[in-house]
Amino acid sequence: MSGGTFVGMPAFPEAAHEAVGNTTLRANLRHATHTIRDKRARAVAELDDWAELREAGRRIKDHTLRHLDHYLMRLEESVVRAGGTVHWAADADEANRIVTALVKATGESEVVKVKSMATQEIGLNEALEAEGIHAYETDLAELIVQLGHDRPSHILVPAIHRNRGEIRDIFAKEMADWGRPAPEGLTDSPAELAEAARLHLREKFLRAKVGISGANFMVAETGTLVVVESEGNGRMCLTLPETLISVVGIEKTIPTWRDLEVFLQTLPRSSTAERMNPYTSMWTGTTDAATADGPSTFHLVLLDNGRTDTLADEVGRQALRCIRCSACLNVCPVYERAGGHAYGSVYPGPIGAILSPQLRGTRSEIDASLPYASSLCGACYEVCPVAIDIPEVLVHLRERVVQGGEATRQGVKVTLKPAKGHAAERAAMRAAGLAFARPGALRAGQRIASRTRRFHPRMLPGPGRAWSATRDLPKVPAEPFRDWWQRTRGDRSGGTTEGNDA
Amino acid sequence: MSSRDRILGRVRRALADVPDGELPYEESVARAYAREHGERTTEQTVDLLAENLADYRAIVHRCAAADLPELLTRLLARRGARTVLVPPGLPPHWLAAADPVRVHDRAASTPHELDEVDSVVTGCAVAVAETGTIVLDGSPDQGRRRITLVPDHHVCVVRVPDQVVSCVPGALERLDPARPLTWISGPSATSDIELDRVEGVHGPRTLEVVLVSGE
Ligand code: SF4
Repeated sequence: MSGGTFVGMPAFPEAAHEAVGNTTLRANLRHATHTIRDKRARAVAELDDWAELREAGRRIKDHTLRHLDHYLMRLEESVVRAGGTVHWAADADEANRIVTALVKATGESEVVKVKSMATQEIGLNEALEAEGIHAYETDLAELIVQLGHDRPSHILVPAIHRNRGEIRDIFAKEMADWGRPAPEGLTDSPAELAEAARLHLREKFLRAKVGISGANFMVAETGTLVVVESEGNGRMCLTLPETLISVVGIEKTIPTWRDLEVFLQTLPRSSTAERMNPYTSMWTGTTDAATADGPSTFHLVLLDNGRTDTLADEVGRQALRCIRCSACLNVCPVYERAGGHAYGSVYPGPIGAILSPQLRGTRSEIDASLPYASSLCGACYEVCPVAIDIPEVLVHLRERVVQGGEATRQGVKVTLKPAKGHAAERAAMRAAGLAFARPGALRAGQRIASRTRRFHPRMLPGPGRAWSATRDLPKVPAEPFRDWWQRTRGDRSGGTTEGNDA
Repeated sequence: MSSRDRILGRVRRALADVPDGELPYEESVARAYAREHGERTTEQTVDLLAENLADYRAIVHRCAAADLPELLTRLLARRGARTVLVPPGLPPHWLAAADPVRVHDRAASTPHELDEVDSVVTGCAVAVAETGTIVLDGSPDQGRRRITLVPDHHVCVVRVPDQVVSCVPGALERLDPARPLTWISGPSATSDIELDRVEGVHGPRTLEVVLVSGE
C-alpha cells in the first residue's frame, strides 16, 4: 500500500519518547488540548439531548455501514443523476492514478486543495507532484504544515505543534518560494499571520481552475456532498474552479438528507466547540450552465483503501463511524504528551490508534505498536459523538497483535501470526488475564479500564512506556461513566442512550 | 473486474454476519432527540438568532421594512463602499437610496473582477436561531455562491419572522438539496494559531445581518 505510512517513521515507543522530551511541543499541546476540551464540554452541555443525538448518530452510521453496498449504489445513482461522475478506487495507488489523470485532462498543472484526511491518507500531493502538478493546501494550518515541510499532527488543527513564533519564521522563509511572499516585517501576531496567509492564497484561489476536496458527508438519497469548515478556503476551492474532484472514503455515506440534522449538531460542538462552524457548503452534482454557480465538472472518487477490510472485522468496524471531530485527541492523556507525529499516520490520537492498524494492517512495527498507544482510560469513548468504543477496539487489536488470528487484507481472509518482538506485551496480556483476552467479558457492559483496574501496571507496556516512565498513570476511576449513567439516568433514558455493545 | 465490482463485492463479503431480516432504516435509527431546544415564542426565537449571530461576531441590525433602504445606505456608506454587488432578484427598492455603483452578478465576471468589489448585499433562504446561522441557496435575491465569498463585506437581509426557524432540523426541512447551499455562522474565522480565534481568513471579514420586520 502506498501513501499513509510516514516514511522512516519509528514505532510509537521511540517516536513518543522523543516527543515527550520536546518541551515546546508538550506545552503547545497541553495548552491547546485543554482549551478546546473545556470549551467542548460547555458547548455540549448546552444541548440537553446530547445523549440522544449521540445515539442517533451512532445508529445512523451503523445502519449505513451494515448496508453499505446498498447505500453506495444509491449514492452513485444520485450523483450521476445530478450531473457528476463517480469513480471507484480500491486502494491509494488507484485513487492517485484517477485524480492525476483527471487533472491532466484539464490541461492544468496546479490545483487548490481543501483540507482533507482522505487525500493525505493516500499521499495525493506527492503523487501529483511526481507528475508535475502542484497541489496547494489552502487551510491555514495545512499551509503551515506544507510550507514547513512538515507532517500534520492533529486532525482538526494539523499545525497544533507549532507556536506563533515558529509560524512567523516559516511564512517569512518559505512563502516566496510558493507564490506571494510574506509581507515585510511580519510579526507573530495571529491576526497578521492570518492576513499574510489570506494574501498569499488569494492569488491562487482567483486563478484556480481545478479544486480538490474531501467531504464530511455524502447523502445517498440526494447525492449531496457536505464540507464543514471555518476559514472560507473550502468555499473558495468548491466554488471558483471549473473542475472539482472530491476524494471521499466510502464510510462517509449517510442515507438521507434528514440525517444531516444529527451530525450538523454534533460535529461542530465536538470539534471546535462551536454551536455551528462558520461555513458549511453543500452541493449536489453540478449546476447547469444557466445557473453557472460553482464548478461545471464534478468528479467523485470513492475510496476503499482498507475500509472494506475494516468493515469485515465485527468489533473493529465501528471505527468507520468516525466523523473526524478530533474530540478524542483532545482528551487523550497519551496524545497530549506524545503529540500527533508519534502515531506515524495522518490519523493520530485514539482514533488513529484503532483506525490505522485496521486500514493498513498490523504488519509494520508502528502499526503493531499503535494498539498500545493508550492507557485505556475511556475518556475517548465518553466524548465520541458517535459512541465508538475505542478501548474495546484497542483491546481487540492488541489481542490480534499478540496472539494473531483472522483478519481481512485487501478483501482476502488471512490468518495473522503473532507479531514478533512483542514479548513484553504478551506478558502483560497474560497478566491482565480474562478481561483483556475475552471479548465476551467486555460485552458484559463494563468499561475495560475499570474492569481491569487491578491488572493495570503502573507503567504501560510497549509504546506507552515512553511517557508513563515520566509520570504516574492517571488513576482509573472506580466507577465507569457508563455505570454511573445507568445508575443515575438509566431509567429515564430507557438504558439505550449510552453505547450499546449488544 | 472493475474496482466498483471489487469494492462492492468486498463490502458484501465483509457484511456476511449481518442477518437478512435486519430492521429497516426507519426503525433502526432512533430519533429520540429533541427537535428544538427550549420553548420560545416567535419573538424570542428572533431574539435568540440576533444574540447567537452577535456571539459569533456578526454585526446585527434590526429595522422595520420602511427603514431598510435608509439603513442599507448607511451601512454601505459607513464602510466606504464605492461598489456593491447586487444579485439579480434583490428587491430594487432595498438599494434605491444607496450611492455605490451597482455591480451585477454575471456568469461571465471573473473572480478577479469580483475581488475588486467592496460590498455585497443579499437576502437569504432561512436563518437558524439556535446556531446563529444564515443559509443561502442561490435564489435570485442571493445570487451565485461566489458573490458572497470574494468581497470582504457581506450584508445579509433576513425577513423576520418568516425566514427564521428555531433549529437545524427546521432549516433542513425548508431547504432544497438540489440547490447549492452555503451555511454561514459569523464571518470567516480561524483558530489554527495557538487556538486564538482570528476573524477573516478567506471569506468576508465583515458580516452584517439586518433583521427586517414587515417586509
Ligand atoms: S473517534 Fe469519535 S471522538 Fe474521535 S475523531 Fe472520530 S468521531 Fe471524533
